[in-house]
Amino acid sequence: MSPDPAQVGALFRRFRKRLGAGGPARPSAQLGHGPKVGPGQAAVGSGADVAPAGAARAGPAPHPPRDVAPADRRSRRARRRGEELTVPEAEFTSYYGRPILKAPVWRWDIAAYLFTGGLAAGSSLLAAGGQLTGRPALRRAGRVTALGAVTASGYFLVHDLGRPSRFHHMLRVAKPTSPMSVGTWILTAFGPAAGLAAVAEAAPWLPERGVLGLARRALPPVGQVAGLAAAATAPALATYTGVLLAGTAVPSWHEAYPELPTIFAGSALASGAGVGLIAAPCAQAGPARRMAVAGAALELLGSHSVETRLGLLSEPYRTGKAGRLLRAGRALTAAGVVGALVGRRSRAISALSGGALLAASVATRFGIFHGGVASARDPKYTVVPQRDRVRRREAGEA
Amino acid sequence: MPDRNSLYGPLDPAPDAGWVEAGPRMGFFTDTSVCIGCKACEVACKEWNDVPASGFDLLGMSYDNTGALTANSWRHVAFIEQPVPAGHRTPPFAGTPTDGSVSASSAAVAAGTGNPTGTEPGVPPGSADAAARMAAGPAGRDAPGGAGTQFLGMPGAQPPGRSTGVEERTDFRWLMMSDVCKHCTHAACLDVCPTGSLFRTEFGTVVVQEDICNGCGYCISACPYGVIDQREGDGRAWKCTLCYDRLGAGMTPACAQACPTESIQFGPLDELRERAAKRVAQLHERGVPEARLYGNDPTDGVGGDGAFFLLLDEPEVYGLPPDPVVTTRDLPKMWKHAGLAALAMAAAAVAVFVGGSS
Repeated sequence: MSPDPAQVGALFRRFRKRLGAGGPARPSAQLGHGPKVGPGQAAVGSGADVAPAGAARAGPAPHPPRDVAPADRRSRRARRRGEELTVPEAEFTSYYGRPILKAPVWRWDIAAYLFTGGLAAGSSLLAAGGQLTGRPALRRAGRVTALGAVTASGYFLVHDLGRPSRFHHMLRVAKPTSPMSVGTWILTAFGPAAGLAAVAEAAPWLPERGVLGLARRALPPVGQVAGLAAAATAPALATYTGVLLAGTAVPSWHEAYPELPTIFAGSALASGAGVGLIAAPCAQAGPARRMAVAGAALELLGSHSVETRLGLLSEPYRTGKAGRLLRAGRALTAAGVVGALVGRRSRAISALSGGALLAASVATRFGIFHGGVASARDPKYTVVPQRDRVRRREAGEA
Repeated sequence: MPDRNSLYGPLDPAPDAGWVEAGPRMGFFTDTSVCIGCKACEVACKEWNDVPASGFDLLGMSYDNTGALTANSWRHVAFIEQPVPAGHRTPPFAGTPTDGSVSASSAAVAAGTGNPTGTEPGVPPGSADAAARMAAGPAGRDAPGGAGTQFLGMPGAQPPGRSTGVEERTDFRWLMMSDVCKHCTHAACLDVCPTGSLFRTEFGTVVVQEDICNGCGYCISACPYGVIDQREGDGRAWKCTLCYDRLGAGMTPACAQACPTESIQFGPLDELRERAAKRVAQLHERGVPEARLYGNDPTDGVGGDGAFFLLLDEPEVYGLPPDPVVTTRDLPKMWKHAGLAALAMAAAAVAVFVGGSS
């Protein structure tokens, strides 16, 4: 509706930049729609001048300006948290400030599932590697963790349903357009295989004679096959959750679709490595250390990209609860990797760094989850990017 | 064989969903220029579909106390009151002892009110700054001399007219729009539903089967319009069915039947699109240049809506997304990235066991 929105936006941004350079005060609420800042008033030195400049208009004003700059709550926050200064206040129109999208109704169960699903995938890969390269400690820990984690996953997923008793309706259809349906089938393939592999670990405890004796002899080879089957499904289990989140209208999840699978793959590897570092003696933990490095690299690469590449939609990942969780995740990952590399001769340091990697994975998953939820709750993240898209399209056509 | 445009692009959805001999696609055309905000559609919808009550709380932002489409409100009449510039005329309310027609400060406070609708997420509170900006009207961005955007804190306790004086008054506008499920050509809710509970009807509409839905909530975050919602206690997702039962019996949906001004028009979509184009041309001719159609274009991000609108301002003013895109448009790219990440993960797992000495 503005005469020239693009030009006005540029003016506004320049105005803000100058303000930022001149003093800590930022005009916030009174700078909503476009052309309130004439070219003549653009050069403002300090926050004290904001009110008259912000209120001045190009045309004759019929009454004294009412735009008095409010006591700026945000400026105090900006001073405390320097990074938030770089995020420009977005101009947008809304319906009484109400969110446009419905925020996900998923509770913390789903964020927890993101972790346990990844943990199951990472530890089953660790188990398969241990199985193939003759590292029984890694194999045993990996298989048992995978079963525990996949069981927890099942619980979280069913518990989060509005109608848990109808969980089996997921198995009515196989729908490639529904990441959740694809995931259901991946989990259906992975779960029993991981379960069988873990049960096979109980073989030595069975009696040597009778029917159970038969099972004692049959289980190890069955476990080998099942363990490999679980490991073959594991990468799909760890990465489909990225598509699960991206396949929504939640702005900060959807636009992060290139990164989410990478972050989750890295997080899954790191958490699997964490299990190995906790459970295996130093002699067998070499692959777990290297897995920690690989996982951390993927995870940090992905989350750095998500926090910087998406423009306005990166903001929910840097601020609030999600920002704190992701920063904690990054610190814990770094600590875990350093510990894993430095403490290669110490069981205690290895176990500690394994714990740090597991905690890092939890923090990262919850951070990504909460970042998306925050982006759906604020109409800014829906309107501003879409309005930009419309403007770019119109500029392209003109 | 799925259509080339199954995920994105112009498409006739019913045949694509497998219906043979499907009739013409049916839909709604909601002409907001004749809406009077009576909410007969909301009531008729609740009556016919036996939708539970959605609370009687006052939201305090306008005459809209429904707030948003929810599982318990399948029609929602948005109501916008904003000051608009009076131009060089005498202030229209000179001589009347009243205050500004709407107050940005009260809108800011009202943004914090929620409505316990018995649904999840229902009508959550909004952003106070954005509400204040919005209630201050399009004047600030449109015209010199309009009431600017402001944030005044708490609403004034002064009797009307005492605080500002009559010269402060501006003219104002009312915008009303009966919002509803858009029954998209490319319906994200339907695409992502993992149980097959959501389906495409022979009329080209999108309906939830309540005996199948297990309340996974995926459709709720997939909808680019924020239409579908979960009912508390019940746990399932609910939304407008475009009166599937009435359509099957050759009847008009309850809301369109009840609309006293024919703001809600029901019929074959092709016919409605023609009618809408004529109506926009007519309004432009009569000096309403801001009239525009929303959701009528089969080449837009959702392949066109089965329920589309004639609006008198930008869509976001009515709480509609300005450029919605069905999330599954990017599904092939998403799976590609997931596949690459999975390969990288597998390769890393192999490498960590093969490489190294310990």
